[in-house]
Amino acid sequence: MAIRSFFLFILFFSSSLSPVFSLYEDQVGLMDWHQQYIGKVKQAVFSSQRAGRKRVVVSTEENVIASLDLRHGEIFWRHLLGADDVIDGIDIGLGKYVITLSSGGSILRSWNLPDGQMVWESSLQGPKHSKSFLLVPTNLKFDKDNVLVVFSNGRLHAISCIDGEVLWKKDFEAESFEVQQVILPPGSDLIHVVGFAALSQFEMYQINAKNGELLKHESASFSSGFSGQVSLVSTETVVALDSTGSILLTISFQDGKISSQQTPISNLVEDSLGPAVIIPSSVSGIFAIKTDAVTIFIRVIGKGNLEVVEKTTHEIAVSDALSISEDQQAFALIQHASSEIHLTVKLAHDWDGNLLKESVKMDRQRGLVHKVFINNYIRTDRSYGFRVLIVMEDHSLLLLQQGEIVWSREDGLASIIDVTTSELPVERDGVSVAKVEHNLFEWLKGHMLKLKGTLMLASPEDMAAIQSMRLKSSEKSKMTRDHNGFRKLLIVLTRAGKLFALHTGDGRIVWSYLLRSLHKSEACQSPIGLNLYQWQVPHHHAMDENPSVLVVSRCGPSSDTSGVLSFVDTYTGKELSSLSLDHAVVQVIPLPYTDSTEQRLHLLIDADKHAHLYPKTSGALSIFKREFSNIYWYSVEDQNGIIKGHALKCKCTGEVADEFCFDTRDLWSVVFPSESEKTIATVTRKLNEVVHTQAKVVADQDVMYKYISRNLLFVATVAPKGSGEIGSVTPEESWLVAYLIDTVTGRILHRVTHHGSQGPVHAVFSENWVVYHYFNLRAHRYEMSVIEIYDQSRADNKDVWKLVLGKHNLTSPISLFSRPEVITKSQSYFFTHSLKAIAVTSTAKGITSKQLLLGTIGDQVLALDKRFLDPRRTVNPTQLEKEEGIIPLTESLPIIPQSYVTHALRVEGLRGIITVPAKLESTTLVFAHGVDLFFTQLAPSRTYDSLTEDFSYALLLITIVALVAAIFVTWRLSERKELQEKWR
Amino acid sequence: MEKGKGIMGSGRRWAVDFSDNSTAPSSRDIPDPPGFARASVDQDDSTVSRQKKDAESNWKTQKAWEVAQAPFKNLLMMGFMMWMAGNTVHLFSIGITFSALWQPISALQGVGKVFEPYKDNKVDLLGPKLLFIALNLGGLALGVWKLNTLGLLPTHASDWVSSLPPAQEVEYSGGGIPL
Repeated sequence: MAIRSFFLFILFFSSSLSPVFSLYEDQVGLMDWHQQYIGKVKQAVFSSQRAGRKRVVVSTEENVIASLDLRHGEIFWRHLLGADDVIDGIDIGLGKYVITLSSGGSILRSWNLPDGQMVWESSLQGPKHSKSFLLVPTNLKFDKDNVLVVFSNGRLHAISCIDGEVLWKKDFEAESFEVQQVILPPGSDLIHVVGFAALSQFEMYQINAKNGELLKHESASFSSGFSGQVSLVSTETVVALDSTGSILLTISFQDGKISSQQTPISNLVEDSLGPAVIIPSSVSGIFAIKTDAVTIFIRVIGKGNLEVVEKTTHEIAVSDALSISEDQQAFALIQHASSEIHLTVKLAHDWDGNLLKESVKMDRQRGLVHKVFINNYIRTDRSYGFRVLIVMEDHSLLLLQQGEIVWSREDGLASIIDVTTSELPVERDGVSVAKVEHNLFEWLKGHMLKLKGTLMLASPEDMAAIQSMRLKSSEKSKMTRDHNGFRKLLIVLTRAGKLFALHTGDGRIVWSYLLRSLHKSEACQSPIGLNLYQWQVPHHHAMDENPSVLVVSRCGPSSDTSGVLSFVDTYTGKELSSLSLDHAVVQVIPLPYTDSTEQRLHLLIDADKHAHLYPKTSGALSIFKREFSNIYWYSVEDQNGIIKGHALKCKCTGEVADEFCFDTRDLWSVVFPSESEKTIATVTRKLNEVVHTQAKVVADQDVMYKYISRNLLFVATVAPKGSGEIGSVTPEESWLVAYLIDTVTGRILHRVTHHGSQGPVHAVFSENWVVYHYFNLRAHRYEMSVIEIYDQSRADNKDVWKLVLGKHNLTSPISLFSRPEVITKSQSYFFTHSLKAIAVTSTAKGITSKQLLLGTIGDQVLALDKRFLDPRRTVNPTQLEKEEGIIPLTESLPIIPQSYVTHALRVEGLRGIITVPAKLESTTLVFAHGVDLFFTQLAPSRTYDSLTEDFSYALLLITIVALVAAIFVTWRLSERKELQEKWR
Repeated sequence: MEKGKGIMGSGRRWAVDFSDNSTAPSSRDIPDPPGFARASVDQDDSTVSRQKKDAESNWKTQKAWEVAQAPFKNLLMMGFMMWMAGNTVHLFSIGITFSALWQPISALQGVGKVFEPYKDNKVDLLGPKLLFIALNLGGLALGVWKLNTLGLLPTHASDWVSSLPPAQEVEYSGGGIPL
């Protein structure tokens, strides 16, 4: 016991002496890695600069604009616009400005192409919402100033390219007018705006580009109506589909006269195909329509004569047109064929001739080609060469040139949905997935260098070599389990439906797998991945099996579409099996039970509140039956403001007999008054969190018993008025209520109201405390509050003899239906930052003190000791309390610059922070993801259980050797002396 | 216990007993020299030797009492050291406390050895021994008391529950906001 308390004291000391967890400059990159991504590319514009490095400017679905090096795919510069600042269009103006139109066409910005500095920003208002177009004409000049033409929010603007000033604007106020195209015929001063009005009216406006004057307005009505988009086949002809999707309308408006021609698709192709859609393309004279199975390319000859040039059942992607000379346009076409893709570059007017035809081997895990962007260059023999940038189904970006993949970027990792971890294989002969070979000479050289370093003999070059050796240490990137549990696989599910396994040592992709179940199919129209769960974590009696994860996905955005389960082996990255469910998946509840093969039992709740048990084995069923009456579930209906508790009732009735399906019944419900409260945040404890002890020793050897329950739910509600943005309400109208609800019985254990406060609320629940972050309108500052819950009914267990003899019931199982007596302690503090995410460190045994990890608005992760959020803090703590480690109360929480976990880096677009315990108790692994990825190791109480990385082994060795030598010398000396004594 | 050790240490490696009391010449291998009458010598020296013996046993008793009282000084010194070390746990105070615990224990283990030089038929060692043991037990108690003041003794409830795992809950509930 004394040893334990001694150990705890050491713990306490090590934690109290070092509240700052900074690292030295040369330690950056030793345990952490950072990867930068941009997301799925929406649009790419190649810079046509003659000199300098070739680059491509891209805009992505993560609202990133970035300039990439065309040679290697590296990021030159990158800007992440806000989450609601969706990029509508990008282009390059004057060869040196990147123009972006965003936020539904209301913000126009110009960026300097070489370095990404913003040059100007204009806000464009308009009468109504509409499609937005950004055009950068090369020949339209206005007092030596190039002009940008922007159509947004029902208004046409001409904007100076130099300073963003609006030169003129023209409103299109007609109520039902929907713009479809804005056309700038080259070499003229006219702008054509075409669109639909009242569903069946085709409208064409001709506008003088110099001053925005309306020159002509024509309209024609089509009784059959329109559907979908229009495709521009020449500057004066568009093609549209009628509302049934079966008749093509070729509408031309030459000289301001609208003339049209109708061609049923069945005239062009014999077999009936069903409704078609137009694939937008800008290639003149050619457009494409797509039905369920086939893609048809149609050429427009003369005035509205259509001719099918190609019909293909392959998946196909077409690029926009690229003008390579005065009257020649080229475009790229990519077709899939089993494991290859065929790239063809054609001239717009010459379908049958190919400028280029290449086949490139393509990894099947990348899926289909979604987008193609073409660019040309002039070869040394003055002929044209083409390179294409392709965006794949898994959101990766590849550059193809001369039949090869020049570079690829795994930009799917910019949109991670869920993360879980998996252990690596145990080291055994022949098991290791990637062997790390050691060259003896290299090894010797490395050690010589290290020796030089420790003896301070190394030159700066040697130091650099040592540093790079430390960073590339093969030890940390091995494919086997280590003693400390630092090496793991991070399994991430991306929005594209691809699973990646990242190695925690260096962040490389070990395997990736495009989930087959997330492919579009007839049964599953628009599958989306939802969540990842650890399905099988073999450790005791299933050592030979590989661990696997469960991917839960759904066939559509609404919650009543049927679900799909896939099981993926985490060692090999192969799909073990996949299940198409005949019921929806509304909730997935991992149960705290595993079957004989260590498969975790999961309960899936469908839209009708039936519970389905997985895995569907008899073993699992018998375990489940045993615990049947103890399993409950709850649902938070945040729209209605109701939290409902349910219990399992009996086997499903009515439907097909399925012994793994159970009916449920409502048990309790908590109804928040809808006129005064709106649920904005709920949080529970992590299922796998380990708590070391139920007692908390406070000053003067007193004990407080924590109320530790896995079934506690923290709910934050705000006044409905205050659910908008910060500052939209007065403090009197806004309040925030925090609840702690027992999810088995529905008992509200605690309720506290923060008057004059507002969301958004970020909260984290761990052990017996919850910390939440919100905005205080009265103080105009962010606040963080902590609530700690203690069990009062255990408080009188203070008889030492009873405890010594074990005659207490502190560890016996408890039922939540016995009425708990809890007391709560809480405190609030001001906090400077607004947050994007919040997490808490978790360690293997839960002994190490905890740190909160705050994802700040600056996309960094800040570590804040939990001791700062201790409700027992007072302004003047007593001596005993000080000894216990209680920090004097301050109004606001300190932000220590050294405690930024991400040090100098930023995790752009930070969305989530995940902590995973390592095997070493002191250490926790932290993974932060957003558009960027960041991984590091943290030791909240310092590494008290292992030597630090900068420990001088050489000094230890030298000391030992010196001591041994000294022992020998003194021994000999004393022997000699004794002999002399005897002779005397 | 330097004193006790000192007495033992300077102890006699060898000794010649000049006061030979034996009266029977047959006990010796060598016959008495001619003209030497043992009995007469004995009678002559008997009073002197008795006096000597008395003096020695007195001296031994005195010494034994001295040895028995030695831990008292130690006790005082220990108390002073403990007072100096203070009540916070650090290397110095832990060292002092552990030596304060160790010394009495080792001394108690060697009670017999300490009093061996004074072993005599006529000397009554029970008193000194009891005193010695009592004083050492006092030292031990002082050490334990110090240990307690340092908070290293598990005398509080907190020491027994600090690593008590949380109680298992019978019920389990999961769920949340629909996916």
